[in-house]
Amino acid sequence: MEFTLTNFLLFMVNCVLANNFIFSRYLGACPFLGVSSKVETAAGMGIAVTFVMGIASLVTYIIYHYLLVPLQLNYLITISFILVIAALVQFVEMFMKKGMPALYNALGIYLPLITTNCAVLGVTILNINDGHNLLWSVLNGVFGALGFLLAIVLMAGARERLESSNIPKAFKGFPISLIIAGLMSVAFLGFAGLGNI
Amino acid sequence: MPITPIALAAGVLGGLGVLFGLLLTFASKTFAVPVDERFVLVREAVAGANCGACGYPGCDSYAQAVVKGEAAIDLCTPGGKKTLDALAQIMGQEAKETAVQVARVLCQGETGVVKPRYEYTGPKTCHTAVGLAGGPSMCRWGCVGYGDCVRVCRFNAMKIENGIVVIDEDACTACGLCVKECPRSVIKLLPKAARVTVRCQNAATPREARDACTKACIACKRCEKACQFDAIHVVNNCAIIDPAKCTLCGECVKVCPTKCIEQLA
Repeated sequence: MEFTLTNFLLFMVNCVLANNFIFSRYLGACPFLGVSSKVETAAGMGIAVTFVMGIASLVTYIIYHYLLVPLQLNYLITISFILVIAALVQFVEMFMKKGMPALYNALGIYLPLITTNCAVLGVTILNINDGHNLLWSVLNGVFGALGFLLAIVLMAGARERLESSNIPKAFKGFPISLIIAGLMSVAFLGFAGLGNI
Repeated sequence: MPITPIALAAGVLGGLGVLFGLLLTFASKTFAVPVDERFVLVREAVAGANCGACGYPGCDSYAQAVVKGEAAIDLCTPGGKKTLDALAQIMGQEAKETAVQVARVLCQGETGVVKPRYEYTGPKTCHTAVGLAGGPSMCRWGCVGYGDCVRVCRFNAMKIENGIVVIDEDACTACGLCVKECPRSVIKLLPKAARVTVRCQNAATPREARDACTKACIACKRCEKACQFDAIHVVNNCAIIDPAKCTLCGECVKVCPTKCIEQLA
């Protein structure tokens, strides 16, 4: 895929809205439900995911194309990517603690959670399956994570409002959250096909 | 089946694992953020009751503030002199001797001493009792004896005896939790060395006070006259001793007609 402004914008719309990680791919639902009770923490989690997904896309692309493909070990993609992502997140956490204390204080507690976020593994494998090159892989990671950020912040906003509303006892807590997630997913279905290149 | 592909896969994956392991080991050394070792020492030296007497939310935050130099080292009253000495050594400061304080009950209104106002049958807590028509006893200033303070004390220093709270001075650490809890504010932190105390704090007129309780201060001012050191004064219908001037001579104790001044051993 050629890098032009049109392609870039279409790709962005496609990743953030049409192929939203939460609402149309159903990846990363665990943090989406777990860390979405407050807008601030949700935004923190979203930004941390953006950061990690961008870097993970870069590193896994290199590992896959320069290590696994030449050795014909394509079938090791899942296990090696899990290894890479876990190590990477740990490394980034240590690096940030030392080098960027401000960023670490903002994102620090969310970073270890991302190790087990399936959206990260998902995006790296999708990059390979869709045959993106390095640039588009990283863009896919970043934009996919921005879609995740959008979804989790919207969800947190809705859940903050739920706190003060009168909900039937049977629906309090997780049941109503799942219903809201489903409704949002239906709404995002309206974007289907948008921005296909 | 040739062994090579399996060996290759194991080798690559193992190699990756070892590589990342080494990388992380290296990173944890290179990027290690030094934790102030004094924090660990300070945290061990403080009393660890998380009582909040120092004004910080817990022992952890106090220890952090001490290490940063934001907090004085003598704020941990439950730890007493031992903690103070330890903190002084860790922080390289001189241990200033602070007056050891102790909680004292400014009331002697035992059952039979203070007249009841009515028979209280509600929940056995001081906060509820004092809220009902001015409290179950005729005195509006004294201990009601339902032990809210006993329940908050973390050092087992308080008990209810004969309708009034009694504090064990040796066990008391002057953390101040009971002082905050008492709805009548009848418990005060006083220097342990001040052995002479006016154990009454009523502000009623002398007549009311005499009617309510046989051990009430009736503001007769005999103690004022007896004191040669200007240490005791009747303020707001009740005598009060200035610990800084008191010489513990005991003259006021002798002249008090209602025995509301007490000299401890």
